[in-house]
Amino acid sequence: MMEKLKSAAKRMNMPRLIIILFFVFIVLLAYFNDINVNSFIGSTLKYWGMWGVLVLAMVPSIKCGIGPNFGISLGIVCGLLGSLLSIEFGITDMFNAILPGLGPWAAIAFAMISSAFFAWFVGVGYGKILNCVKGSEMTVTTYIGYSFIYLMCIVWFRAPFTNSEIKWPIGASGVRNSLSMESSFGEVLNDFLGFEIAGVYVPTGLILFFLLCCLVVYLYFRSKSGMAMTAAGANPNFARANGIDVDKMRVKGIAISTVLGAIGIIVYTQGFGILQAYTAPLTMGFQCVAAILIGGATTGKAKISHVIIGTFIFQGLLMFTPSVSNKLLAGTDISDTMRQIIQNGVILYALTKAKGGSSNEE
Amino acid sequence: MKNNNNGASFGSNLKTALFNNKVILLFTVLCIACIMTSGSPINYIASEVFSRFGRNACLVLALIIPCLAGLGMNFGIVVGAIAAQIAIFFVVHWGFVGIGGFLLCALMATPMAILFGWLLGKLYNKTKGSEMITGLVLGFFADGLYRLFTLYIIGGVIPYDDPNLLDRGFGLRNAFDLSDSIKYALDDISFVIVFRVLMIALIVLQLLKLVFASKIKHEESKKSCLIKLVLSALGFGLSFVLMMVPGIASMIGGTRLILSDTLRVAMIVYVVYLLIKRFAVKDEDITNSKLIKAAIAAVLVLGLSYVPAIRNVLRSISISACTYAVICLFCFFNNWILDTKLGQDMRTVGQNRIVAGSAGINVDGIRIIATCISTVLAAWGQLIYLQNLGTFNTVQQQSNVGLYAVAAILVGGASVQKANNRQAIIGVVLFHTLFVVAPLAATQLIGDSAISEYIRMFICYGVIAVSLAMHAWKKKGFKVEQKSIVDDGDNKDVVKTLF
Amino acid sequence: MNSEYVVKMNGISKEFSGNRVLKDVSLMVKPGEIHALMGENGAGKSTLMNILFGMPAIWNTGGYDGTIEIDGETVKIDSPQKAMECGIGMVHQEFMLIPGFTATENIKLGREVTTPTVASSFLGKSLEVLDRRQMRKDARKAMDTIGLSIDENTLVGGLPVGYMQFIEIAREIDKTGMKLLIFDEPTAVLTESEAERLLKTMKVIAGKGIAIIFITHRIDEVIEVADSLTVLRDGTFIARLETKDVNASKIAEMMIGRKVEKLVDETEDNRSLNKDDVVLKLRDYHVDMPGETVRGIDLDVRRGEILGIGGLAGQGKIGIPNGILGLYHASGTVEFEGESIDPSKLGDALKRHIVFVSEDRRGVGLLLEESIEQNIVFTATQVENKFMRNYGFFRQYDKAAAKKHAEDMIKELDIRCVGPEQLVGSLSGGNQQKVCLARALTMDPKLLIVSEPTRGIDIGAKKLVLELLVKLNRETGMTIIVVSSELNELRSLSDRIAIVSDGKISGILKPDDSDANFGLAMSGVKVGGADDGEA
Repeated sequence: MMEKLKSAAKRMNMPRLIIILFFVFIVLLAYFNDINVNSFIGSTLKYWGMWGVLVLAMVPSIKCGIGPNFGISLGIVCGLLGSLLSIEFGITDMFNAILPGLGPWAAIAFAMISSAFFAWFVGVGYGKILNCVKGSEMTVTTYIGYSFIYLMCIVWFRAPFTNSEIKWPIGASGVRNSLSMESSFGEVLNDFLGFEIAGVYVPTGLILFFLLCCLVVYLYFRSKSGMAMTAAGANPNFARANGIDVDKMRVKGIAISTVLGAIGIIVYTQGFGILQAYTAPLTMGFQCVAAILIGGATTGKAKISHVIIGTFIFQGLLMFTPSVSNKLLAGTDISDTMRQIIQNGVILYALTKAKGGSSNEE
Repeated sequence: MKNNNNGASFGSNLKTALFNNKVILLFTVLCIACIMTSGSPINYIASEVFSRFGRNACLVLALIIPCLAGLGMNFGIVVGAIAAQIAIFFVVHWGFVGIGGFLLCALMATPMAILFGWLLGKLYNKTKGSEMITGLVLGFFADGLYRLFTLYIIGGVIPYDDPNLLDRGFGLRNAFDLSDSIKYALDDISFVIVFRVLMIALIVLQLLKLVFASKIKHEESKKSCLIKLVLSALGFGLSFVLMMVPGIASMIGGTRLILSDTLRVAMIVYVVYLLIKRFAVKDEDITNSKLIKAAIAAVLVLGLSYVPAIRNVLRSISISACTYAVICLFCFFNNWILDTKLGQDMRTVGQNRIVAGSAGINVDGIRIIATCISTVLAAWGQLIYLQNLGTFNTVQQQSNVGLYAVAAILVGGASVQKANNRQAIIGVVLFHTLFVVAPLAATQLIGDSAISEYIRMFICYGVIAVSLAMHAWKKKGFKVEQKSIVDDGDNKDVVKTLF
Repeated sequence: MNSEYVVKMNGISKEFSGNRVLKDVSLMVKPGEIHALMGENGAGKSTLMNILFGMPAIWNTGGYDGTIEIDGETVKIDSPQKAMECGIGMVHQEFMLIPGFTATENIKLGREVTTPTVASSFLGKSLEVLDRRQMRKDARKAMDTIGLSIDENTLVGGLPVGYMQFIEIAREIDKTGMKLLIFDEPTAVLTESEAERLLKTMKVIAGKGIAIIFITHRIDEVIEVADSLTVLRDGTFIARLETKDVNASKIAEMMIGRKVEKLVDETEDNRSLNKDDVVLKLRDYHVDMPGETVRGIDLDVRRGEILGIGGLAGQGKIGIPNGILGLYHASGTVEFEGESIDPSKLGDALKRHIVFVSEDRRGVGLLLEESIEQNIVFTATQVENKFMRNYGFFRQYDKAAAKKHAEDMIKELDIRCVGPEQLVGSLSGGNQQKVCLARALTMDPKLLIVSEPTRGIDIGAKKLVLELLVKLNRETGMTIIVVSSELNELRSLSDRIAIVSDGKISGILKPDDSDANFGLAMSGVKVGGADDGEA
C-alpha cells in the first residue's frame, strides 16, 4: 500500500500540478476581470505553434539518454544562418518571378533545408563531444550552447553579407541586430489557411506544420532506429546487449535534436516576423527545457504529448499573466519575472529528481 | 646517475611546469598581445586592473572552499551577492553611512547568507554530481525571486518609505546610488588604522590563547604566545611613532597607498620576516635555498621598481590598504580553514564521498557547511565590490557575479576539483586585464568596440565550457575505474551498508 | 582476560525476511592466531562478518540470535563504530583510500591528530588545527610495523595496488587497541608476489598478538598461513579445525559436500552427442571484464549438449559469455560453426543466433519501464527486422504481429501477467526471467547462453526455468551453455561442467564427479575430468 502511494506521489510531480492550477487560475481571473480573453487565446495559439518545434527538439535528446538539450542554441544558430542565406540569395524574389506567391515558400524551404544540413553536421560533432562527457551532459551542453552563441555573435558581426536587408545601414558587412522578415518568408506559415473565429485568429498552417513535425518524430520513434535510440537512452547496457551502438545512437539523437532546433527557430522567426541574431537565442534553450518539463517530461523520459501540452501551458501562462497583472497591479508587467521564476524553478525541480550522473550513488 | 641527467631533468621539469600552467600561459600571451595592440598607456591599463582586482578578488576567493569540498564551481554565489544587496537596501534606507554602515551591512548580510547558503547546500545535496548546472539554474531562479522582491515587495509589502529610492510608489529605482552612504567606506581607511586594528586584533587573539592555554598542551606555544603579544604591542606603539615622522605619515596616513613605495617596503619586510623565522624561530620549513630565492626575488623587485619606465607605472597606481588587507585576510582564512579538521574533512569529501562516509564523516553536513562559508564570503565580497563601485544596477547587478568569478578562477589555472588562493589571484589579474584591454584592442583592430563585448563573453563561457568538458572527460575515466572496484561481488553491499 | 579466545561467537543465527542464512554457527579465534573462514559463495561468511562488524544491514533486518564475546565478555556490537571500539578492524576488499591524499593522510583518515585553537574552544572540535608532524610520526610507526618502507608523504594515487592494500592495513594497525583484524579476500586483487608478501605481513601482525580472521577461498593460502580454520556451508557450521590436522582435498570436500537434490525431473534423453562436433570453440580467450576477468581459456562446446560453467564469484565465469557477445573487450579466437566471430564488433554474435540471457536481469536483461511485448520482440526487431512492416523506403513497428507473438510466448512459457502491455518492472523475478528467455527464443537461437538462470527467483520458478532449459535442449537439440554459481544446479542439468578459477579453466568435470574434485577445482587446483574420462 505504501509503495503504491509513494509511486502515485512520484507521478504527481508537484510543481507541474501547481503550474497547471496557476494557469487555470489566471485564465479564470482574466475571464472574470473582463479582459478580452479571445485575443489572448489567439496569441497563445500562435506562440504555441512558434515554440512547438523548438520544444519538440528536446524529445530526441532526452530519449537518447543525453537529457534536455540546453545546447539547442547550436541548432538555433544554424537555423538563423539558413534564414540569412535565404535572404542573402534573394530566394523570395527569384521564385516570385517564376510564379507569384511561390517566393516565400521557396525561401522558407531553402532556409529549412540548408540549415538542417548545417545542423546535422554541427549536431554530429556536438554529439561526439557529449559522448566524452557522459554523466555531465546538462552542465556541458549549457555552457557549450552559451559560448557558441557568443562565438556566432562575433561571426554575425563580421559576416560578409551583401544584401542590404541584412547588413547594417552604414558599414560594409555584418548582420543587423534585428531584421524584418516581411520581404522574405515572414508569417508564411501563419497565414496559410488562417482564419478568424469569434475574434480568435487561428494560424492553421503554423499549427499544421507543428503537428506534422510531431507526427514525423512520432513515426521515427516507431522505426527500428528510433526504437534502438529509445532503448539506448532507457538502458544503455540493455541496448549494448542487443547489439546497438549506444554512442552512435546518442550522436544521432543529438543531431536530430539540433536539426529540429534549426527548423524550430525558422518557424519561430517566420511567426515573429523579425529575425533576431546575436544574443536573443541565449535564454531560448532554458525556455524549451522548462516547457517540456511542465508538460510532464523528466530529464530521462519524454513523449510527444509532453511537448504539445507543455508548450501550450507555458506559452499560455506567458500570454495571460501580463494582461492580468496589468489590470490588477495597476500597470506593472510582472510576466518576465514570473517567467524567470517558473522556468528555472521547474528546471531545478527536475534536476533534483534526475537519476543520472552520480546523484544516486548513495 | 642523478648528475648525469641534470640537464635533461631540468628540460623536462621546465616542460612539465609549462604544461601544468598551460592555461595561465595562454591567457598571459593573450593579455600581452591585447596590451600591445591596444596602444593605450600602460599606466591606464595597470591602474584599471588594480582597481578591478581590489573589487573582484574576494568574490573569486569565495569559490575555493566549495571547489575543494567537491561541489565544483559554485555558481550559486549569486545568492550571497543577493544577501549583500538586500542588506544594503535596508542599511542605506536607515541612513547609516561610512564604515559603520558598511559593517552593519556585513553584519546583516551574514545571517541571510548563512540561511541562503544552507538552502543552497541542501539543494546541492539533492543533485550530487550536477551541482554546477544546479548552481547556475538556481542563480537564475534566485534572480527571479530577487527581482520580485526589489520590484514588487519592497515598498509594496515591506514598508520602505523613501521616495528617493522608490519608483512609482513601490519597487526600487533601477540604479541604486551609494555615493552618500557607503561608497569607499572600506577603501578610504588609511593604512595606519588598518595596521592598528590588526595589531589590536593580534593582541586580543594572543590574550585569548593564553586564557585558553590550559587546553594548549605545549609549554613552548605559551612562550611564543607571549612573544607575539609583546611584538604586537610594540607594533601598535610603533605606528604612533611613525605617524610623527612627516614623510612616512603622509605615506601611510592617507586614504590610498602608492604602489611603488608599498612594494619596496613589503619586499624588505618579507625578507626580514623570513630571516627572523629562519634564525630566531628556527622554523624547519624555511630552508636556506628558499631563503636565498626569496632574497633574490626581493632584490629583483626592488631593482626593477627603480627602472624609470616601471617606476612611472608603479607611482601612478594607488591601492586601498584596507581592501587589500581584507583580500589577504580572505586568503589567510581559506588556508587556515583547510588546515583544520573541518578543512581536512572537506577535502576528503571532495575527493571521495564513499570513503569519507566510511571514515565517519558527515558528508552532507560538510557539504552544507562548505556552501555556507562560500555564500558568506561571497556576500562580503559583493559588499566590497559595491562600496568600491559606488552605484549599482538594483535588479541585475548580481546576475553575472558567479559567471565572472568562475571564469576568473579557471583562467588562473584552477580546475573543477582543485583550486587555491594563488590560482584565484592570478586568475583575477589575467581575467580582468583581458577585460580591460580586449575592447581597446578590438577598437584598434576593427574600429568598433561593440564586438569586444562578444569576445569577452565568449571567453567567459568558452573557458568554463572547456574546463567543464575536460573535467567530465577525466571523471569518466575515473568512474570506470571506481566501478570496477566496487562491483566486486558481494562487497558492494558492504559499501552500501556503511551508510 | 579470563578467556583463551579473543573472539567467541556462539550459536549465531540470522534470518533475512524468513530466509535463514545462518544456523547456529560458532566462531572462535585466539589472540595472535590466523584463523581462516572458508566456504562457498552464499555459505554465510559475509553475513557472519557483518554481524561481527555491527553492520546496519544486520540491525535493520531484525538483528541476530546468539552471543558474541570479546575477551570473555559478552558484548552487543550494534554499529561499526562499536566494533572499532571493541578493537575489531576490517581490511576491505575494495580500497577505502583517497588517491589524492598522502599515505599519512590516508592512514589517519577521519582520526586526524589535532591541536586546539582559539576558534575551536568556541566553535567546536572541528576547528582544531591538524598536527601534521604527529600524524606523520604515527603513520611512520604503523608502516614500519608491517614493513612498508615507502615515504609517508607519497601520494597514494600513484602506488601499485599491492601497496594500497598495505596502507589499508597500516590504517587498521594504527588504531589503538586493535585486537582482531578481518581480511576479506585480501589476495583477490594482488599479484602472486604481492600476495606472498601480504601473507608474510599477516604473520608479522599475528606475531604481535593481534588475531586475524582471513576470509578466502584459496585453499593453498590457508594451508600456508592459517593456524586454524572454520568451514561454513549453506549457513551451517561444519567444523573448526587446526590446519595441521587437514589437507587440501579434505577442506575442499567439507566446503562442497552436500547431497545432490533433484532440481530437474528425469526426461527422456535420446540425444547422441559427438565429441568432435564442436559448435563453439574458444582458444586463448581473454575477457577484460572488471571483477570477472578471463585470463586465457581454451574451451570446446559440442553440438546439442548442455555445458555448465561454474566457479566462485569473481573468478571469471561471468566474463566468458559477456565477452563473446561483445559487451566487454575480449581477445583470442572465438569460432562458431567453423567461422570466426569478432567479439569486438557489437552484435556480431547475435547475428549468428548466439543469444545470451544476462545474469544482470534488471540492469542488462530488461527494459523495466517498457511492456512485456516490447521486451520480447526488441532483439528480433533490431537484429532480424522481425515485427517491422515495410513501407518501401522506411519500416514501421508492426504492433499487431508483435502483440500476437508476445501473447503466444506468454502462453507457452506460462508468464504470469495481466497481458502483453504490462510493464516488465512490475513482474516477479521468475516471470522476468521468463520474459528474458522468451526474447532469446524469439531469436531462434542456435546457441543459447544463460547466465545465472535462477538468481533471485523463488524455488518453484527455479525448477520451471531449469526444466524449460532441459526441454529446449532435448526437444529441439539446442546447444545450451549455463553459467551459474550454484554448483548443485549445474550438476543436475549439465552434461559437462567447466570450473573456472582465477580466469582460467581449472577442470572440466562430469556432474557425478566427487565433491572433493569440485572443491579443488573451484579453489584453483587443476583436476582431470570429463574429457579424460571419455577419451
